[in-house]
Formats: sequence, structure tokens, C-alpha cells
Amino acid sequence: MKISTIGYSVKQGIKNIFRNKMFSLASVATMGACIFLLGIFFCIVVNFQNMVKQAETGVSVSVYFVKGINQERISEIGDLIRKRVEVSECRFVSAEEAWSDFQKDYFKGNEDLAAGLEDDNPLADSEHYEIFLSDVSMQNSLVIYLQSLEGVRQVNKSEMVADTLSNFNVLIGYVSIGIIGILLAVSVFLISNTVIVGIAVRKEEIAIMKLIGATDVFIRAPFVVEGILIGLVGSGIPLILLHILYNEVVEFIEGRFSTLTIQFLTFLPSSYVFSKLIPMSLAIGLGIGFLGSFFTLRKHLKV
Amino acid sequence: MISLEHVTKSYTVGVPAVKDLNLQIEKGEFVFVVGNSGSGKSTLLKLLIKELEPTEGRIVVNGQELNTMKRKQIPKFRRGIGFVYQDFRLLKDRNVYENIAFAQRVIQTPGKQIKRRVPAMLSMIGLAEKYRSFPKELSGGEQQRVALARALVNDPNILLADEPTGNLDPKNSWDIMKLLEEVNETGTTVVVVTHNREIVNAMKKRVVALDDGAIISDEKKGVYENEN
Ligand SMILES: Nc1ncnc2c1ncn2[C@@H]1O[C@H](COP(=O)(O)OP(=O)(O)OP(=O)(O)O)[C@@H](O)[C@H]1O
Ligand SMILES: [Mg+2]
Repeated sequence: MKISTIGYSVKQGIKNIFRNKMFSLASVATMGACIFLLGIFFCIVVNFQNMVKQAETGVSVSVYFVKGINQERISEIGDLIRKRVEVSECRFVSAEEAWSDFQKDYFKGNEDLAAGLEDDNPLADSEHYEIFLSDVSMQNSLVIYLQSLEGVRQVNKSEMVADTLSNFNVLIGYVSIGIIGILLAVSVFLISNTVIVGIAVRKEEIAIMKLIGATDVFIRAPFVVEGILIGLVGSGIPLILLHILYNEVVEFIEGRFSTLTIQFLTFLPSSYVFSKLIPMSLAIGLGIGFLGSFFTLRKHLKV
Repeated sequence: MISLEHVTKSYTVGVPAVKDLNLQIEKGEFVFVVGNSGSGKSTLLKLLIKELEPTEGRIVVNGQELNTMKRKQIPKFRRGIGFVYQDFRLLKDRNVYENIAFAQRVIQTPGKQIKRRVPAMLSMIGLAEKYRSFPKELSGGEQQRVALARALVNDPNILLADEPTGNLDPKNSWDIMKLLEEVNETGTTVVVVTHNREIVNAMKKRVVALDDGAIISDEKKGVYENEN
């Protein structure tokens, strides 16, 4: 295709958009609504997954030992634990460390209170392994295994958190795939419908072009340009809205629930979220615009 | 150049619009096709650009066998033929200039050349001032002239004109016929469907007369005969 022909097709595609203002507007609006929903969903999913991940890394299992156990057996148990695939980290916490951690947590600001107990560690029996999991869903089987080990007195786990988080994560995965799939299907359907109507309206014109000797490619090109432009504009506008909205909402939630923010509600920076969302949305808009118009034309443009 | 052998075309089964046509037109000929309304003249022309498929028979145009022509070859084949439709078939959404330029864009003519050629065509058909008008803003005769300019802009080998003077006054009709004659003199094969008895009789060209889908006479330097 020659440059002049490409220029002609782009010009004609833009003209077509303005000629059928209402239709183009409807397509951009529906496309925009789909991308907007998709974007909202994406923001929620990535943030939630991030929160879950952070919460997950905080989920630990503690293994306490029977009284009078020797150091040899303790390190044996440590080796066994580290061999498990679901274990991402296994840390030995001595009684002294446990005590100083405890002090840090509970005597903050009045260290002198704790100083009185210095020589008599109240947590003398509290040496243990602290185990972090790479996969929270494996927690139960790990606990059963740990309890079966000789020399283990007690295994503490965070039951509620682990189960809820892993279930939630799986659920969110499915729901997001489902909703995104539906939205994409709707978008393809809409663009394709817009093109079909465009063809119907210009059926006579297309027939005339064919009789003058225009090739299929020459007739299709403006329609494809139209589809691509609608796709790009339809994904660009919601991106701008989403960007504004994201920053507002994050600011609002962080302001409202500032006490929670530190431990749980940590939001991803908008630069990170949008570095993924912008190319993804534009690619989807462009792809749907192109494929939607291209395949519809192929099916309906036979004279 | 144009050859029809036993060509029949039925729009509805058993009712042929043209039947068992045999016709040879040589390169550079000027041929009038005459006949009553409904005698099959437009059908004949449409068969020649493969707008219609014959129900039976063999058609060769510009050395190309139409029956076996592949879909992909059709656009290129049509570009060698200028066609003026009885109902003009201009692109409604484009102005006069763009309608004529469109035929050039289709064959990927460089923009510079289009800018030179289209105005020349416009002044030839006497519509230089109306180049920005849209088809619906033109009279029937004006639309007809635009259609003719579009058919001629690419210098076709063959010009098929379906009543190109149907909506014109006698003076304009004569101008257009003179134009077609000039085009013919440059080597283009011209086939003109017309009801204009005066012009046919005066121009002394080959006349093919159709009646009820069949050729009833075919004479060199013929005249318009009306059975009624
Ligand atoms: N698309 C069509 N579908 C069905 N029948 C048609 C169609 N086009 C033409 N016909 C019929 O075919 C016959 C020939 O039509 P055609 O248009 O070729 O006549 P014509 O000689 O061009 O007439 P006119 O001088 O009025 O233009 C007519 O009987 C007409 O009714
Ligand atoms: Mg006719």
C-alpha cells in the first residue's frame, strides 16, 4: 500500500467517525465503560493481591520444643523444616531474643519497667523456630508434619488468617478472570456491531466503490482505521479518569483509616499500577478495535 | 475486445432479461445499443463488468474470460473499464471533486497527479465551479456529467455508458456525444446505450438494437429503428 493511500485511509476513517457522530460516540462510550470497569477491577485486584501477599509474608508458624531438649535435636529439627518446599524462611529464636522482642512490643516508652525483669527471663522456655511460608494454603499439612516430629512440644499457627487469605486469593483470581473475560467479549461484540451498522449504512457506497475497481483492502482500510481510533480513544479517556480517581480514592482511604494503613492497607503507588494498566488498556483498545473491525469486515464485505 | 457467445441472463428462473446474445465488438469501435425500455440494454452492460453473472454463455472482455475470473482479479479488471450508470451511482457523502478523484485513488494515483487531472476533467464537463457541491445539490444532468468524468478520468480502454444523455437538454447531449466521439478517436472502445433517436441517426455509427432481450438488428452506420 502506498503512503498516499494510507494517508487517504486515515483521513477517510476520521471523516467516517465524525460523519456518524452518534454511532462513534456510542462506541467510544461503551468501549470506555468496559475499559473503565476493567481498570477499576484491575486496580482493586492488584492492590488486594499485594495486600494479601504482604499479609501472607507475615503469617508464621512457631514450633516450640519439649523441656530439656538438646541443641543437637533442635538443629536436626531445623534441617528437617528447611527441607520442606513450602517453607520460605525458618528462623531460630532463642529465649533471649524472644524476651527482647517481647520487651520491644510491650514496654515501648518505659524500658526501665522491663529492666527490672532483666535477670529473670520470664520466657525461659520460649526458644522456638519461626517459620514463614511461601504458600499459605500449605500451612495445615505443614503443621501436621511438625507435630509428628520428635522433640516438638507445641506448634502455634495463625489459623483464621491463613485460610481466609488463601481462599480469598483464589476467589479473586477466578472472579477477575471471569469479569475481564465478559467485558472483553462485550467490547468485541459492540465494536463488531458498530462496524456492521457502518457497513449497512454505506452498503451502496461500498458497492459503487467495488464497481469502480476498488480492492477489498482499499475499502476496508478506513473502517479498520475507524475501529482502531475508536478503540484508542475509548481506552484513553477512561485511563485519564481512572488516574484521577485512583489517587483520590487512595488518599481518601489512607486518610480515613490511617491507623490501619501501616499494617494492612498499603496501596500500590499509582505510577506502578498505571505503568501496567496504561499499556494493557491501550493494547486491548487497539486490539479490539482492530480485530473487531477487521474480522467483521471480512465476514460482511462481500459483494 | 468484447465478445459474447450464447449469453443468457435470467433474474428470475425462466424469465430471461437477455437471451442467447452473440455479439463481437472490436477494439476502437463506437457502438450504440438501442431498444425499448426493459429490452435488456442495462443488463447487457452490467454483464460486461461482471456486476452480473450470466446464467449461460461465455463473455470475454479486454482479453479476459469473465466466467473463470477469480474474485481477486475483478478490481483490476474493472479499472480498465469506464462505466457511466443510468442512475449515476455517485458517492453521496463526497463532493464532485472527491467523486472524480476517487477513481484515481483506487488505482493509487499520486496525489500531485490527481490535483492536476481532476480540475481538467471538471472543466471538460463544464462543472468547474461546482466542484465542492455534493451529488444531492446537483441536477440530474450535472450528476450525469460527473459520472462521465469519473468514468473517463483514468483513460479506460473501454467506455460503457448507459444513457449518458438521458437527463440532458439537446445542446448538452450533443456536447457529451461529441466528447464520447473524441474519446473514441483516441482509441477507446465506446459502447453507448441511448434512446436519443436524433443523435443515433446523425452520428452514423454501428447500432445494435435489442428487443425483449434479443438482438434484432446490428448494422454498421445504422439508424434508430422504432418498431412502434
Ligand atoms: N435486479 C433485477 N431483478 C429482477 N429483474 C430485473 C432486474 N433488473 C432488470 N430486471 C428485468 O430485466 C429486464 C431488462 O431490464 P434492463 O434494466 O436491462 O432494461 P433496459 O433495456 O436497460 O431498460 P431501460 O431502457 O428502461 O433502462 C426487465 O424486464 C427488468 O424488469
Ligand atoms: Mg437501462
